[in-house]
Amino acid sequence: MTETLRWRMVRVALAVIISIIVIFPLYWMIVVAFSTRSDLLGGELRLWPENLTFANFERVFAAFPIATWFGNSTAIAVSVAIITVTVNLLGGYALADLRFRGSTVLFLIALATLMIPVQVIMVPLFGLVTGLGLYGSYWAVILPTAASAFGLFLARQFILAIPRDLIEAARMDGAGNWRVFTRIILPLSKPLIAVLFFMSLLQTWNDFAWPLIALKQNALFTLPIGLLYLQGQFGADYGGTMAFALINVLPMVVLFLVFQRYFVQGFARSGIR
Amino acid sequence: MTAAVGLGAGAAAAASAAPGTPSAAGARTASPRRRGRSRARETLAGYAFLTPNLLLLGLFVIVPLVSAVVISFQRTDGFGTGTFTGIDNYARLATDPVFWRSTINTALFTAIVTPLSMLLGLGAAVLMNSVLPARGLFRSILILPMAISGVATALIGVLVFDQNNGVLDKLLKFVGLPAVEWQSGGAAAFASVVIVTLWWRVGFNMLIYLAGLQGISPGLYEAARLDGAGGWQRFRFVTVPLVGPSSFFLLIMNVIYSFQVFDIVFVLTGGGPQNATSVLVTYAYNNGFVTRDQGYAAAIGVVLLVITLVFTAVQWRVSRTRDLVD
Repeated sequence: MTETLRWRMVRVALAVIISIIVIFPLYWMIVVAFSTRSDLLGGELRLWPENLTFANFERVFAAFPIATWFGNSTAIAVSVAIITVTVNLLGGYALADLRFRGSTVLFLIALATLMIPVQVIMVPLFGLVTGLGLYGSYWAVILPTAASAFGLFLARQFILAIPRDLIEAARMDGAGNWRVFTRIILPLSKPLIAVLFFMSLLQTWNDFAWPLIALKQNALFTLPIGLLYLQGQFGADYGGTMAFALINVLPMVVLFLVFQRYFVQGFARSGIR
Repeated sequence: MTAAVGLGAGAAAAASAAPGTPSAAGARTASPRRRGRSRARETLAGYAFLTPNLLLLGLFVIVPLVSAVVISFQRTDGFGTGTFTGIDNYARLATDPVFWRSTINTALFTAIVTPLSMLLGLGAAVLMNSVLPARGLFRSILILPMAISGVATALIGVLVFDQNNGVLDKLLKFVGLPAVEWQSGGAAAFASVVIVTLWWRVGFNMLIYLAGLQGISPGLYEAARLDGAGGWQRFRFVTVPLVGPSSFFLLIMNVIYSFQVFDIVFVLTGGGPQNATSVLVTYAYNNGFVTRDQGYAAAIGVVLLVITLVFTAVQWRVSRTRDLVD
């Protein structure tokens, strides 16, 4: 009995230590964001803010169009999420419920595209986006980012698990594929839609490599690109950089904690990370 | 996209008007559900539903991929059309020390990050799967880094690892250890990239392992206990083999991620000092969008793609032979 109790204490201690290691960098971001510049430059070790200040936020908001960048991030992430979810649901339905030649091959090709890093295709993709006249608009980011098969596998699996009887019964009542999709599949796919939507939102909000290439005008920046730009301008002003990092990070952290079960399902089932 | 959806609706409507009364439909068996004409319609409907997805993937992934291969055989100036120079770009790669450095770094990063994030992930998952107060809270904390953007993660890394005034070196000095030159030392800079990546990714590994662990029946542990197996033996002979599918999946995901690591390196070290942390994707980016040597950048990308494909093919082989053996 004492043996089990001791092991239990060890486990709790381990969990606490690991949690502190994981939380510390985020805690430190918050501390620095609310610290005065002189406190930050002091040489001694100090693990909490001596003098709380909002000066870093004021400075950052005065120097950069943060509200615009926040709006850009929101517009782009929501658009990508809506397009990807729609497109992958439609495709997932076709792959799960309809039998046709080439469906397996197309499915495998679509999945294989997930392995291609954007850096492999960035040069011609930039040319393509420019050629299509998308450069200089949100669409330069939205369309290439929405072109993802990440939800296809998940949607197919989910729809395969919907009882065949429901679909066959609707067919016997004369429902066509579109009707089956809108009346049977969609209403039953709400959890799937939530998972795909949140996953896509999170990924796009945090996306970096392609927006870095496709967004050159200051007014179109998303928060991560703006964050890097700010760091370039502010240099070693950690207070300002961390204040802005907090603005970048906070919405997704809140969303992530509130809708955790959808994110957990999304990561665990699709394995996208 | 709207046009494609409209097409889908049209094809679906056509399919619903297919011959066959409801009573006849009832007599049909599930497998070859439809006869000749309606089978063609089902094919049409299938493609119609897939079209939006295929259109986007084709235009923004497949077409650029093919062009990337073509461009890798060209010499380009800016974004104009290039001239074919055969395998010149690849010949240049063979004698480019920075390219080799980046390749070795990519391999090294993969060889370190993949096993470490899996080991730490499995350890955390076993801990989170055991009897523990406030388990939900601990789990939420461990997966929290997954919500943080790569840029923010790397900038927090810049802050923490600053060798002049960073909190980590202050902590090291506080406990009596020597401070580390995270920016000017090549190996230390590489280590900082690895540590930040682990912080960012262990939660994901834990989550996958946790899902695997929850599928193991408690009866197996009970049986092992009755056979006299200790804690380590139960872990070694029950847990490890039974999370095999999770491990296999994570191996592929971690390797592919490591081949493509960009955000953290780009923001945290920029590939420096002296290319000590340069990887293939950052080197390709620098060639394509900083020095604007597009053909050369495309060639680096193609090399990365080939490495990824070879790895996946080998994995596929290994997993199939293993399935046959089992």
